[in-house]
Amino acid sequence: MNPLLTATATELAAKIAAREVSAVEVAQAHLDRIAEVDEKVHAFLHVDTEGALAQARRVDSGEFTGPLAGVPLALKDVIVTKGVPTTAGSRILEGWVPPYDATIVERMRAAGIVVLGKTNMDEFAMGSSTEHSAYGPSRNPWDLTRTPGGSGGGSSAAVASYQAPIGIGTDTGGSIRQPAAVTGTVGAKPTYGGVSRYGLIAFSSSLDQAGPCARTVLDAALLHEIIGGHDPRDSTSIDAVVPPVVAAARQADVTGMRVGVVTQFKGDGYQPGVLARFDEAVAMLEKLGATVEEVSCPHFDYALPAYYLIAPSEASSNLARYDAMRYGLRVGDDGERSAEEVMAATRDAGFGAEVKRRIILGTYALSAGYYDAYYGQAQKVRTLIGRDFASAFERVDVLVSPTTPTTAFTLGERVDDPMAMYLADLCTIPSNLYGGPALSLPCGLSDDGLPVGLQIMAPVQADERMYRVAAAVEAALGSDKLLARAPQL
Amino acid sequence: MTTAITRDDVAHLARLARIAMTDDELDHLAQQLDVILGAVARVQEVAAADIPPTSHSLDLSNVYRPDELVPSLGAEAALDAAPAAEDGRFRVPRILDEEA
Repeated sequence: MNPLLTATATELAAKIAAREVSAVEVAQAHLDRIAEVDEKVHAFLHVDTEGALAQARRVDSGEFTGPLAGVPLALKDVIVTKGVPTTAGSRILEGWVPPYDATIVERMRAAGIVVLGKTNMDEFAMGSSTEHSAYGPSRNPWDLTRTPGGSGGGSSAAVASYQAPIGIGTDTGGSIRQPAAVTGTVGAKPTYGGVSRYGLIAFSSSLDQAGPCARTVLDAALLHEIIGGHDPRDSTSIDAVVPPVVAAARQADVTGMRVGVVTQFKGDGYQPGVLARFDEAVAMLEKLGATVEEVSCPHFDYALPAYYLIAPSEASSNLARYDAMRYGLRVGDDGERSAEEVMAATRDAGFGAEVKRRIILGTYALSAGYYDAYYGQAQKVRTLIGRDFASAFERVDVLVSPTTPTTAFTLGERVDDPMAMYLADLCTIPSNLYGGPALSLPCGLSDDGLPVGLQIMAPVQADERMYRVAAAVEAALGSDKLLARAPQL
Repeated sequence: MTTAITRDDVAHLARLARIAMTDDELDHLAQQLDVILGAVARVQEVAAADIPPTSHSLDLSNVYRPDELVPSLGAEAALDAAPAAEDGRFRVPRILDEEA
């Protein structure tokens, strides 16, 4: 394979800065790779060839400098891009061309990052497999009969199949970390409020957070630092400097750190090969100089049910904006039907089964008579999960668990069984409810030959800790070499 | 507390959510919602009366910004993606009944 494709983002940026290779050559190599393999993977919904090459030429003219200048990126299609189609994986936004850029898109452009195109995802980020995309599923580069996880399966599959060295995902209940785990890549959910949500198409506003996908921990940290930081256009953005994630990824030393193993995330329902790789990673942390202890977080057992009340409730409100009036799909406007009838017909035609399921579930949970028993109770569980994290972080610096209970599942296996699908996010949801950062990196292959993810969870605004631990594990286990063992496409 | 959810319940919720579902969709969803609600009702096992709710992980309220004029999108860009536009405005289906 062309070495420009297998290089890390850090290496590419250094070569471009040293003029050993042009940004245009790097962009073209990746566009060629997309043309060659994406028919099989289906990571991209839209490839922006002209836009990518134009940005690469600006990098080559010396307009941008920085640690990722000239590096190509795969952007999840839930982030709005001025002049470039944005669908959020939904039929209701088919053909929509946004009139503005998300803050993180502005920041990436200013840093000289080259956006190759928009990647596939479960509709409105609701799902764990990309099978709920209106445009067909993406496939896992490790085994094309399996899903690359979701909702951000497109970005992770693109990174895992060398179509882009880095990507952007969004994580409401695990949509960055779970795809990273099952594709053998790195994915990080920053602290809630650490990265601007301006221009991130809303699913569940109190949980949604954009973050980096990459093949190495350092590349993820570099991208995190570029997209992070306060944005006055997002009123939930934290007004503080970005935690020192790049320095932490370079430090890669866990000597004296206290690591807590979450006792709730093991046992029945976990694949033996997943638990074996996880235990080895924990043993490695101890060998590297960390102290390890078991930490019980009893309310984590209730995170999944709380999430499946809170997220659909917020979604039922957020998705009310797709009303067929101002943008997006409109069907049935025959001059006879009322606005309300057109709205209802459009939403029936434009939303897929999972989105409808969650809107109806959220509408129910927020209904008079049920609010206290469902949404209200879920919010109390959210408090208790936050308390579990707070007491855990009095004893340890980070918590660890498997990222997912199993390796990648096969296409079609769970698509008609919502509860089975929801279990894919069992271990990732608590950090969303708490608001803290969490990262997944590869820690080996399970008995089925598929990648296993190690999840590292840190306290709110202590994102650097997870990068420090992840970089140490990566160096010790050779996690960044794992993808070389994936089959050729 | 779990209550069996009926097809009529789902039809009512679909009306509230402005989604014109077919009969088949309503039947299928009623069965699935029953299963999902049975599972998520587990939140009722734990949370006690003295626990305050959390709506948001950040301790933020009333975030202000300076009240300054900044350029906005402009009517042309805002109407660009409209399903129908007329005279610089969004054109929408009738919003009142004929007899109203």
